[in-house]
Amino acid sequence: MKEFEYFSPQDVKEAYTLLSQYPEKAKIIAGGQSLLILLKQRLITPSYLIDIKGISDLDYVRYDDRDGLRIGALTTHRTLETLPVVRERFFMLAEMERRLASIQIRNWGTLGGNLCHGDPASDLAPPLIALKAEVKLTSAVGERMVQVEEFFEGYYETVLKSDEILTEIHIPVVLQGGGIYLKTSLRETDMALAGVATFIVLDSTKHKICEDVRIVMGSVGPTPLRATKAEELLIGEKIDDRLIEKAAQIASEDSEPISDVHASEEYKRQIIEVLVKHTVKEAITRARVTSHRSGGIPS
Amino acid sequence: MKRKLKLTVNNEPYEVFVKPSKTLIELLRDELGLTGTKEGCSEGMCGACTVLIDGKAVKSCLVLALQAQGKKVTTIEGLAQGDRLHPLQESFINHGAIQCGFCAPGMILSTKAFLDEYPNPTEEDVKFAIAGNLCRCTCATKVHER
Repeated sequence: MKEFEYFSPQDVKEAYTLLSQYPEKAKIIAGGQSLLILLKQRLITPSYLIDIKGISDLDYVRYDDRDGLRIGALTTHRTLETLPVVRERFFMLAEMERRLASIQIRNWGTLGGNLCHGDPASDLAPPLIALKAEVKLTSAVGERMVQVEEFFEGYYETVLKSDEILTEIHIPVVLQGGGIYLKTSLRETDMALAGVATFIVLDSTKHKICEDVRIVMGSVGPTPLRATKAEELLIGEKIDDRLIEKAAQIASEDSEPISDVHASEEYKRQIIEVLVKHTVKEAITRARVTSHRSGGIPS
Repeated sequence: MKRKLKLTVNNEPYEVFVKPSKTLIELLRDELGLTGTKEGCSEGMCGACTVLIDGKAVKSCLVLALQAQGKKVTTIEGLAQGDRLHPLQESFINHGAIQCGFCAPGMILSTKAFLDEYPNPTEEDVKFAIAGNLCRCTCATKVHER
């Protein structure tokens, strides 16, 4: 690792001040589970490292029936995995976390860090986008809310400006619906070759018509991708197996995977097709049995 | 510029000066001489470098030494009481859950953190708990039997 100067601010204000003091030359580190690899490989060589991992003000999870879930950026993956309110009301997130990397990574890695890294293979981003989550980006001069869907710009690139810190993730409350995130990876703890998060809302009387759906594909493009054409095909329709097959095919065509050492483009497209099928079916099952838990299944 | 770092390792307080770019495993092995912690891949995949920070398993190759400021670190050297091995170490030996042994310190510490939290796990739970510890020879199945 190239040497750098190190700061460990005690609160966010101090962190903003440091960021504005060293524009473009400073990098924020939280859990560092991705950043340290980039530093070791000298893919990035910041002159200043601002360590915010110790700022306890950004480590919280709050739930409110009207406001939804607010998660401080320094919340660890392991907290999201195990916290009862998340397991009960946003089960698809807890379930996704349980298969994210390894327990050691989840113990130290943070949610804000995962998003800011901007890796299109993130397991966290697709379910957040499916749940219409937004992030709060804060700087010394103000704050703005950005949809997670709009947060990513390209491989390892986000809309976060150099003087901003991602401070909070907000997931609006969803009164009915069901969702699931599924992925395929080589080994249990490897990055996803492809992943799909689906969240579906059915009509509240007969639970047969798709009122709203989001299908989000991870690891098969420069950013997480919405399968918008497949979504449009399902919305307003009574969903049956034939329609699901069609939607899965369209989603697969709309994905943009590239061949790499782990799998070919064709193989990844096939994975997407299978995962869209499975997630839509399972999301429907969950939507039917849960009228009050977003992304949940009965415990 | 070196920075002052205060931390506790295996119940012993330390005060050292480290370069900010030092990782926790480099501090443990090179500065404190605790070479029981092994460095495998250096990028968080293999789990050989697993240590406990405040009782939780982490990969010490992906933690800056300075991030352990004020924390309690446990390494494999901290488990035995004098000449008496920790029951988990005994168990690994009795089940022959070690071939080359390189992954064993990390495996044992992951298992310890897990059992401290869930004392009565199923076999599936155990497999899940040590999924972040890779073994390149033969011990994996024996580890599950413990």
